[in-house]
Amino acid sequence: MDGIHDMGGMHGFGPVPWVADEPVFHADWERRVWGLMFSTTRPEGTTLDGNRHSLERIPPALYLNFSYFERWLYHLSTVLLAEGAITLEELEAGHARADSTPRTDAAGPELVDPYQVEQYRYDIPVAPVFSIGQTVRSGNPHPAGHTRLPRYARGKTGQIILHHGAHVLPDTNAHGKGESPTHLYTVRFAARELWGSEADANDTVQLDIWECHLEAV
Amino acid sequence: MNHDETHDSRDHPDMSHLPSDPALRVRAMESLLVEKGLVRADTIDAYVQTFEHEVGPQNGARVVARAWVDADFRERLLADATAPVGEMGYLGAQATDIVAVENTSSVHNIVVCTLCSCYPWTLLGIPPAWYKSYAYRARVVREPRKVLQEFGVNIGEGVEVRVWDSTAEVRYLVIPERPSGSDDMSEADLAALVSRDSMIGAARLEV
Repeated sequence: MDGIHDMGGMHGFGPVPWVADEPVFHADWERRVWGLMFSTTRPEGTTLDGNRHSLERIPPALYLNFSYFERWLYHLSTVLLAEGAITLEELEAGHARADSTPRTDAAGPELVDPYQVEQYRYDIPVAPVFSIGQTVRSGNPHPAGHTRLPRYARGKTGQIILHHGAHVLPDTNAHGKGESPTHLYTVRFAARELWGSEADANDTVQLDIWECHLEAV
Repeated sequence: MNHDETHDSRDHPDMSHLPSDPALRVRAMESLLVEKGLVRADTIDAYVQTFEHEVGPQNGARVVARAWVDADFRERLLADATAPVGEMGYLGAQATDIVAVENTSSVHNIVVCTLCSCYPWTLLGIPPAWYKSYAYRARVVREPRKVLQEFGVNIGEGVEVRVWDSTAEVRYLVIPERPSGSDDMSEADLAALVSRDSMIGAARLEV
Protein backbone atom coordinates (compact mmCIF):
# COMPACT_ATOMS: atom_id res chain seq x y z
CA MET A 1 0.00 0.00 0.00
CA ASP A 2 1.14 3.55 -0.68
CA GLY A 3 1.11 4.35 3.02
CA ILE A 4 2.82 6.68 5.43
CA HIS A 5 5.24 3.88 6.40
CA ASP A 6 6.87 4.10 2.96
CA MET A 7 9.13 7.00 3.94
CA GLY A 8 12.29 6.48 1.94
CA GLY A 9 13.27 9.77 0.32
CA MET A 10 10.62 11.97 1.95
CA HIS A 11 11.59 15.51 2.90
CA GLY A 12 10.73 17.47 5.99
CA PHE A 13 11.61 15.24 8.94
CA GLY A 14 14.58 17.31 10.11
CA PRO A 15 17.78 15.98 11.67
CA VAL A 16 18.09 12.34 12.73
CA PRO A 17 17.67 12.19 16.52
CA TRP A 18 20.97 10.34 16.85
CA VAL A 19 22.68 10.14 20.22
CA ALA A 20 25.79 8.12 20.94
CA ASP A 21 25.19 4.80 22.72
CA GLU A 22 21.46 5.36 22.87
CA PRO A 23 19.73 2.83 25.17
CA VAL A 24 17.21 0.58 23.41
CA PHE A 25 14.38 1.40 25.83
CA HIS A 26 13.58 4.85 27.22
CA ALA A 27 10.80 3.88 29.63
CA ASP A 28 9.64 0.75 31.36
CA TRP A 29 6.34 0.71 29.47
CA GLU A 30 8.34 0.27 26.25
CA ARG A 31 9.81 -2.93 27.70
CA ARG A 32 6.30 -4.22 28.44
CA VAL A 33 5.18 -3.50 24.85
CA TRP A 34 8.24 -5.31 23.48
CA GLY A 35 7.43 -8.34 25.59
CA LEU A 36 3.68 -8.23 24.86
CA MET A 37 4.35 -8.16 21.12
CA PHE A 38 6.08 -11.54 21.21
CA SER A 39 4.39 -13.23 24.17
CA THR A 40 0.73 -12.69 23.37
CA THR A 41 -1.17 -15.67 21.99
CA ARG A 42 -2.19 -15.04 18.38
CA PRO A 43 -4.25 -17.24 16.07
CA GLU A 44 -2.69 -19.89 13.88
CA GLY A 45 -1.74 -18.34 10.56
CA THR A 46 -0.47 -15.09 12.08
CA THR A 47 2.53 -13.94 10.08
CA LEU A 48 5.32 -11.41 10.40
CA ASP A 49 4.15 -9.91 7.11
CA GLY A 50 0.58 -9.65 8.36
CA ASN A 51 1.82 -7.86 11.47
CA ARG A 52 3.88 -5.44 9.36
CA HIS A 53 0.85 -4.72 7.22
CA SER A 54 -1.24 -4.03 10.31
CA LEU A 55 1.39 -1.53 11.47
CA GLU A 56 1.44 0.25 8.10
CA ARG A 57 -2.36 0.54 8.18
CA ILE A 58 -2.28 2.75 11.27
CA PRO A 59 -3.98 5.98 10.12
CA PRO A 60 -1.22 8.34 8.90
CA ALA A 61 -1.86 11.17 11.38
CA LEU A 62 -1.71 8.69 14.28
CA TYR A 63 1.32 6.91 12.81
CA LEU A 64 3.32 10.13 12.73
CA ASN A 65 2.24 11.23 16.18
CA PHE A 66 2.97 7.91 17.84
CA SER A 67 6.36 6.91 19.10
CA TYR A 68 7.66 3.56 17.85
CA PHE A 69 6.35 1.48 20.74
CA GLU A 70 3.04 3.34 20.77
CA ARG A 71 2.60 2.08 17.21
CA TRP A 72 3.22 -1.46 18.44
CA LEU A 73 0.70 -1.00 21.23
CA TYR A 74 -1.90 0.36 18.83
CA HIS A 75 -1.20 -2.50 16.40
CA LEU A 76 -1.62 -5.07 19.15
CA SER A 77 -4.90 -3.48 20.23
CA THR A 78 -6.31 -3.47 16.70
CA VAL A 79 -5.34 -7.05 15.84
CA LEU A 80 -6.60 -8.46 19.14
CA LEU A 81 -9.88 -6.60 18.65
CA ALA A 82 -10.16 -7.81 15.04
CA GLU A 83 -9.38 -11.38 16.08
CA GLY A 84 -12.06 -11.23 18.75
CA ALA A 85 -9.53 -12.01 21.48
CA ILE A 86 -10.61 -8.90 23.40
CA THR A 87 -13.43 -6.37 23.13
CA LEU A 88 -13.29 -2.59 23.13
CA GLU A 89 -15.30 -2.61 26.36
CA GLU A 90 -12.66 -4.80 27.98
CA LEU A 91 -9.87 -2.57 26.70
CA GLU A 92 -11.63 0.49 28.14
CA ALA A 93 -12.19 -1.20 31.48
CA GLY A 94 -8.77 -2.85 31.64
CA HIS A 95 -10.60 -5.95 32.82
CA ALA A 96 -12.09 -9.06 31.28
CA ARG A 97 -15.88 -9.35 31.02
CA ALA A 98 -17.33 -11.17 33.98
CA ASP A 99 -18.48 -14.08 31.79
CA SER A 100 -15.13 -14.47 30.02
CA THR A 101 -13.28 -17.78 30.49
CA PRO A 102 -9.51 -17.33 30.67
CA ARG A 103 -7.35 -19.36 28.31
CA THR A 104 -4.77 -21.66 29.82
CA ASP A 105 -2.35 -22.04 26.92
CA ALA A 106 -0.29 -18.83 27.04
CA ALA A 107 3.40 -19.39 26.25
CA GLY A 108 5.69 -19.74 29.25
CA PRO A 109 9.12 -18.14 29.67
CA GLU A 110 10.85 -21.43 28.80
CA LEU A 111 9.77 -20.88 25.19
CA VAL A 112 11.76 -17.65 24.83
CA ASP A 113 14.65 -18.58 22.54
CA PRO A 114 16.26 -15.77 20.54
CA TYR A 115 18.35 -18.27 18.59
CA GLN A 116 15.41 -20.15 17.14
CA VAL A 117 15.69 -19.73 13.36
CA GLU A 118 12.49 -19.19 11.41
CA GLN A 119 12.38 -20.32 7.83
CA TYR A 120 11.87 -17.73 5.11
CA ARG A 121 14.05 -19.34 2.43
CA TYR A 122 12.95 -22.41 0.47
CA ASP A 123 14.34 -24.57 -2.30
CA ILE A 124 11.93 -24.38 -5.21
CA PRO A 125 11.98 -26.41 -8.42
CA VAL A 126 12.05 -23.26 -10.54
CA ALA A 127 15.30 -21.77 -11.78
CA PRO A 128 15.94 -18.08 -11.16
CA VAL A 129 15.15 -15.89 -14.16
CA PHE A 130 17.92 -13.38 -13.54
CA SER A 131 21.65 -13.75 -13.02
CA ILE A 132 24.25 -11.76 -11.13
CA GLY A 133 25.33 -8.70 -13.09
CA GLN A 134 22.17 -8.54 -15.17
CA THR A 135 20.48 -5.18 -15.71
CA VAL A 136 16.86 -5.17 -14.59
CA ARG A 137 14.00 -2.74 -14.13
CA SER A 138 11.81 -2.80 -11.06
CA GLY A 139 8.07 -2.97 -11.47
CA ASN A 140 5.67 -0.15 -10.77
CA PRO A 141 2.92 -1.84 -8.76
CA HIS A 142 0.67 0.21 -6.47
CA PRO A 143 -1.26 -2.48 -4.61
CA ALA A 144 -3.71 -1.55 -1.87
CA GLY A 145 -2.28 -4.49 0.06
CA HIS A 146 1.18 -5.23 1.44
CA THR A 147 4.36 -5.01 -0.60
CA ARG A 148 8.00 -4.49 0.27
CA LEU A 149 8.86 -2.59 -2.91
CA PRO A 150 9.13 1.03 -1.74
CA ARG A 151 7.80 3.81 -3.93
CA TYR A 152 11.22 5.36 -4.44
CA ALA A 153 12.49 2.19 -6.13
CA ARG A 154 9.60 1.49 -8.51
CA GLY A 155 10.19 1.60 -12.27
CA LYS A 156 13.94 2.08 -11.81
CA THR A 157 16.85 0.42 -13.58
CA GLY A 158 19.60 -1.33 -11.64
CA GLN A 159 21.81 -4.37 -11.52
CA ILE A 160 21.40 -7.72 -9.81
CA ILE A 161 24.27 -8.12 -7.35
CA LEU A 162 23.10 -11.01 -5.14
CA HIS A 163 20.67 -13.92 -5.42
CA HIS A 164 19.26 -15.20 -2.11
CA GLY A 165 17.33 -18.24 -3.33
CA ALA A 166 13.53 -18.27 -3.01
CA HIS A 167 12.01 -16.38 -0.06
CA VAL A 168 8.49 -16.11 1.31
CA LEU A 169 6.64 -13.43 -0.68
CA PRO A 170 5.25 -10.76 1.67
CA ASP A 171 2.71 -9.60 -0.94
CA THR A 172 0.75 -12.86 -0.53
CA ASN A 173 1.84 -13.99 2.92
CA ALA A 174 0.60 -10.81 4.62
CA HIS A 175 -2.90 -11.56 3.33
CA GLY A 176 -3.15 -15.22 4.29
CA LYS A 177 -2.68 -16.22 0.65
CA GLY A 178 0.32 -18.46 1.16
CA GLU A 179 4.07 -18.12 1.42
CA SER A 180 4.59 -18.34 -2.39
CA PRO A 181 8.41 -18.67 -2.22
CA THR A 182 9.84 -16.52 -5.00
CA HIS A 183 13.43 -15.86 -6.04
CA LEU A 184 14.86 -12.88 -4.21
CA TYR A 185 17.70 -10.67 -5.38
CA THR A 186 19.63 -7.69 -4.14
CA VAL A 187 19.49 -4.99 -6.78
CA ARG A 188 21.94 -2.09 -6.89
CA PHE A 189 20.68 1.26 -8.10
CA ALA A 190 22.85 4.28 -8.81
CA ALA A 191 21.77 7.02 -6.42
CA ARG A 192 21.25 9.29 -9.44
CA GLU A 193 18.81 6.80 -10.98
CA LEU A 194 16.67 7.19 -7.85
CA TRP A 195 17.24 10.82 -6.86
CA GLY A 196 18.47 12.65 -9.92
CA SER A 197 21.56 14.73 -10.46
CA GLU A 198 21.70 16.10 -6.93
CA ALA A 199 22.82 12.69 -5.69
CA ASP A 200 26.53 11.88 -5.58
CA ALA A 201 27.67 10.10 -8.75
CA ASN A 202 29.55 7.53 -6.64
CA ASP A 203 26.70 6.49 -4.40
CA THR A 204 24.39 3.48 -4.67
CA VAL A 205 21.29 2.14 -2.94
CA GLN A 206 20.75 -1.62 -2.57
CA LEU A 207 17.34 -3.23 -2.05
CA ASP A 208 16.10 -6.80 -1.85
CA ILE A 209 13.49 -7.29 -4.56
CA TRP A 210 11.46 -10.39 -5.42
CA GLU A 211 11.53 -11.72 -8.97
CA CYS A 212 7.87 -10.90 -9.63
CA HIS A 213 8.72 -7.21 -9.24
CA LEU A 214 11.60 -7.26 -11.75
CA GLU A 215 11.85 -7.38 -15.52
CA ALA A 216 14.78 -7.76 -17.88
CA VAL A 217 15.94 -4.63 -19.66
CA MET B 1 -6.01 -10.42 10.90
CA ASN B 2 -8.43 -8.91 8.45
CA HIS B 3 -7.84 -10.47 5.05
CA ASP B 4 -10.18 -8.18 3.16
CA GLU B 5 -8.37 -6.88 0.07
CA THR B 6 -9.91 -3.45 0.38
CA HIS B 7 -9.07 -2.89 4.02
CA ASP B 8 -7.71 0.49 4.97
CA SER B 9 -7.67 2.74 7.96
CA ARG B 10 -11.47 2.69 8.13
CA ASP B 11 -11.43 -0.73 9.72
CA HIS B 12 -9.45 0.63 12.64
CA PRO B 13 -11.69 1.13 15.66
CA ASP B 14 -11.83 4.53 17.27
CA MET B 15 -9.69 4.26 20.38
CA SER B 16 -9.21 7.99 20.84
CA HIS B 17 -11.12 7.96 24.12
CA LEU B 18 -8.60 5.60 25.72
CA PRO B 19 -5.96 7.17 28.00
CA SER B 20 -3.35 9.06 25.98
CA ASP B 21 -0.53 8.16 28.34
CA PRO B 22 1.03 5.03 26.81
CA ALA B 23 2.22 3.85 30.21
CA LEU B 24 -1.41 3.71 31.40
CA ARG B 25 -2.60 2.10 28.17
CA VAL B 26 0.02 -0.63 28.25
CA ARG B 27 -0.64 -1.34 31.93
CA ALA B 28 -4.35 -1.75 31.19
CA MET B 29 -3.58 -3.91 28.16
CA GLU B 30 -1.17 -6.17 30.03
CA SER B 31 -3.51 -6.66 32.96
CA LEU B 32 -6.41 -7.45 30.62
CA LEU B 33 -4.39 -9.94 28.58
CA VAL B 34 -3.03 -11.64 31.69
CA GLU B 35 -6.57 -11.88 33.11
CA LYS B 36 -7.79 -13.43 29.84
CA GLY B 37 -4.93 -15.93 29.79
CA LEU B 38 -3.59 -14.53 26.53
CA VAL B 39 -0.19 -13.73 27.98
CA ARG B 40 1.94 -14.49 31.02
CA ALA B 41 3.77 -11.69 32.80
CA ASP B 42 6.79 -13.92 33.40
CA THR B 43 7.06 -14.56 29.66
CA ILE B 44 7.05 -10.82 29.00
CA ASP B 45 9.81 -10.46 31.60
CA ALA B 46 11.81 -13.22 29.88
CA TYR B 47 11.50 -11.60 26.44
CA VAL B 48 12.67 -8.25 27.79
CA GLN B 49 15.53 -9.74 29.81
CA THR B 50 16.72 -11.88 26.89
CA PHE B 51 16.62 -9.24 24.18
CA GLU B 52 17.73 -6.29 26.27
CA HIS B 53 20.62 -8.00 28.04
CA GLU B 54 21.55 -11.43 26.72
CA VAL B 55 21.30 -10.79 22.99
CA GLY B 56 23.02 -7.70 21.73
CA PRO B 57 25.80 -6.01 19.80
CA GLN B 58 28.42 -8.01 21.69
CA ASN B 59 27.49 -10.87 19.34
CA GLY B 60 28.01 -8.85 16.18
CA ALA B 61 31.22 -7.43 17.62
CA ARG B 62 32.65 -10.95 18.00
CA VAL B 63 31.89 -11.62 14.32
CA VAL B 64 33.64 -8.40 13.32
CA ALA B 65 36.70 -9.06 15.49
CA ARG B 66 37.06 -12.55 14.07
CA ALA B 67 36.86 -11.17 10.53
CA TRP B 68 39.68 -8.77 11.39
CA VAL B 69 42.04 -11.41 12.75
CA ASP B 70 41.15 -14.45 10.62
CA ALA B 71 41.56 -13.90 6.87
CA ASP B 72 39.88 -17.18 5.97
CA PHE B 73 36.85 -16.38 8.15
CA ARG B 74 36.66 -12.89 6.65
CA GLU B 75 36.65 -14.29 3.14
CA ARG B 76 33.88 -16.76 3.93
CA LEU B 77 31.90 -14.08 5.77
CA LEU B 78 32.00 -11.68 2.83
CA ALA B 79 31.14 -14.45 0.35
CA ASP B 80 28.07 -15.66 2.32
CA ALA B 81 27.76 -14.66 5.96
CA THR B 82 24.89 -16.96 6.93
CA ALA B 83 27.03 -20.09 7.44
CA PRO B 84 29.92 -18.48 9.37
CA VAL B 85 27.49 -16.51 11.55
CA GLY B 86 25.61 -19.77 12.15
CA GLU B 87 28.84 -21.51 13.19
CA MET B 88 29.24 -18.83 15.86
CA GLY B 89 25.68 -19.55 17.02
CA TYR B 90 24.23 -16.16 16.20
CA LEU B 91 21.47 -16.96 13.71
CA GLY B 92 18.02 -16.52 15.20
CA ALA B 93 15.22 -14.02 15.54
CA GLN B 94 15.34 -11.49 12.71
CA ALA B 95 18.66 -12.95 11.60
CA THR B 96 18.13 -16.00 9.40
CA ASP B 97 19.95 -14.86 6.25
CA ILE B 98 22.93 -12.58 6.75
CA VAL B 99 24.97 -10.51 4.34
CA ALA B 100 28.17 -8.93 5.67
CA VAL B 101 29.50 -5.83 3.92
CA GLU B 102 32.90 -4.34 4.61
CA ASN B 103 33.78 -0.68 5.03
CA THR B 104 37.10 0.26 3.44
CA SER B 105 38.92 3.45 2.48
CA SER B 106 36.93 3.49 -0.78
CA VAL B 107 33.48 2.12 0.21
CA HIS B 108 31.26 3.10 3.13
CA ASN B 109 28.21 0.92 3.79
CA ILE B 110 25.23 1.98 5.90
CA VAL B 111 22.06 0.01 6.66
CA VAL B 112 18.44 1.16 7.00
CA CYS B 113 14.90 -0.19 6.84
CA THR B 114 12.86 2.54 5.17
CA LEU B 115 9.57 0.62 5.47
CA CYS B 116 9.72 -0.35 9.15
CA SER B 117 12.62 -1.25 11.43
CA CYS B 118 14.24 -4.49 10.18
CA TYR B 119 17.46 -5.13 12.07
CA PRO B 120 19.55 -8.23 12.92
CA TRP B 121 18.40 -8.78 16.50
CA THR B 122 20.64 -11.68 17.45
CA LEU B 123 23.70 -9.82 16.17
CA LEU B 124 22.89 -6.26 17.29
CA GLY B 125 20.05 -6.56 19.80
CA ILE B 126 17.04 -4.26 19.74
CA PRO B 127 17.42 -1.27 17.39
CA PRO B 128 17.95 2.16 18.96
CA ALA B 129 15.22 4.79 18.50
CA TRP B 130 17.28 6.86 16.04
CA TYR B 131 17.47 3.88 13.65
CA LYS B 132 13.65 3.65 13.73
CA SER B 133 13.13 7.42 13.45
CA TYR B 134 11.24 8.93 10.52
CA ALA B 135 14.18 11.21 9.73
CA TYR B 136 16.65 8.33 9.41
CA ARG B 137 14.28 6.16 7.38
CA ALA B 138 13.40 9.04 5.06
CA ARG B 139 16.81 10.61 4.63
CA VAL B 140 19.58 8.05 4.62
CA VAL B 141 18.60 6.53 1.27
CA ARG B 142 18.53 9.97 -0.31
CA GLU B 143 21.27 11.99 1.35
CA PRO B 144 23.50 9.49 3.16
CA ARG B 145 26.54 11.78 3.17
CA LYS B 146 24.64 14.51 4.96
CA VAL B 147 23.23 12.09 7.52
CA LEU B 148 26.67 10.59 8.09
CA GLN B 149 28.14 14.06 8.52
CA GLU B 150 25.57 14.76 11.22
CA PHE B 151 26.77 11.56 12.91
CA GLY B 152 30.34 12.90 12.75
CA VAL B 153 31.38 10.62 9.89
CA ASN B 154 32.79 12.62 6.98
CA ILE B 155 32.89 10.81 3.66
CA GLY B 156 35.56 11.94 1.22
CA GLU B 157 35.00 12.68 -2.44
CA GLY B 158 35.50 9.60 -4.56
CA VAL B 159 34.36 7.27 -1.79
CA GLU B 160 31.27 5.23 -2.71
CA VAL B 161 28.47 5.27 -0.16
CA ARG B 162 26.39 2.09 -0.36
CA VAL B 163 23.04 2.27 1.40
CA TRP B 164 21.37 -1.09 2.10
CA ASP B 165 17.58 -0.87 2.52
CA SER B 166 16.44 -4.04 4.34
CA THR B 167 13.26 -4.83 2.42
CA ALA B 168 13.28 -8.64 2.90
CA GLU B 169 14.29 -11.21 5.55
CA VAL B 170 17.95 -10.65 4.69
CA ARG B 171 19.85 -8.76 7.36
CA TYR B 172 22.95 -6.70 6.74
CA LEU B 173 25.95 -6.46 9.05
CA VAL B 174 28.57 -3.79 8.40
CA ILE B 175 32.16 -4.82 9.10
CA PRO B 176 33.69 -1.49 10.11
CA GLU B 177 37.27 -0.60 9.23
CA ARG B 178 39.73 -1.90 11.79
CA PRO B 179 41.10 1.16 13.56
CA SER B 180 44.77 2.01 13.25
CA GLY B 181 46.75 1.32 16.38
CA SER B 182 44.89 -1.94 17.04
CA ASP B 183 47.51 -4.25 15.49
CA ASP B 184 48.63 -5.81 18.75
CA MET B 185 45.19 -6.30 20.25
CA SER B 186 43.66 -9.72 20.94
CA GLU B 187 40.43 -10.85 19.28
CA ALA B 188 38.55 -10.33 22.56
CA ASP B 189 39.96 -6.82 23.03
CA LEU B 190 39.11 -5.97 19.44
CA ALA B 191 35.52 -7.15 19.96
CA ALA B 192 35.24 -4.77 22.91
CA LEU B 193 36.15 -1.89 20.58
CA VAL B 194 33.34 -2.54 18.10
CA SER B 195 30.30 -0.34 18.72
CA ARG B 196 26.72 -1.10 17.73
CA ASP B 197 26.51 2.00 15.56
CA SER B 198 29.67 1.04 13.65
CA MET B 199 27.99 -2.24 12.62
CA ILE B 200 25.05 -0.27 11.19
CA GLY B 201 27.55 1.91 9.32
CA ALA B 202 26.72 5.00 11.36
CA ALA B 203 30.09 5.34 13.12
CA ARG B 204 33.79 4.80 12.58
CA LEU B 205 36.00 3.20 15.20
CA GLU B 206 39.04 4.50 17.02
CA VAL B 207 41.34 2.85 19.52
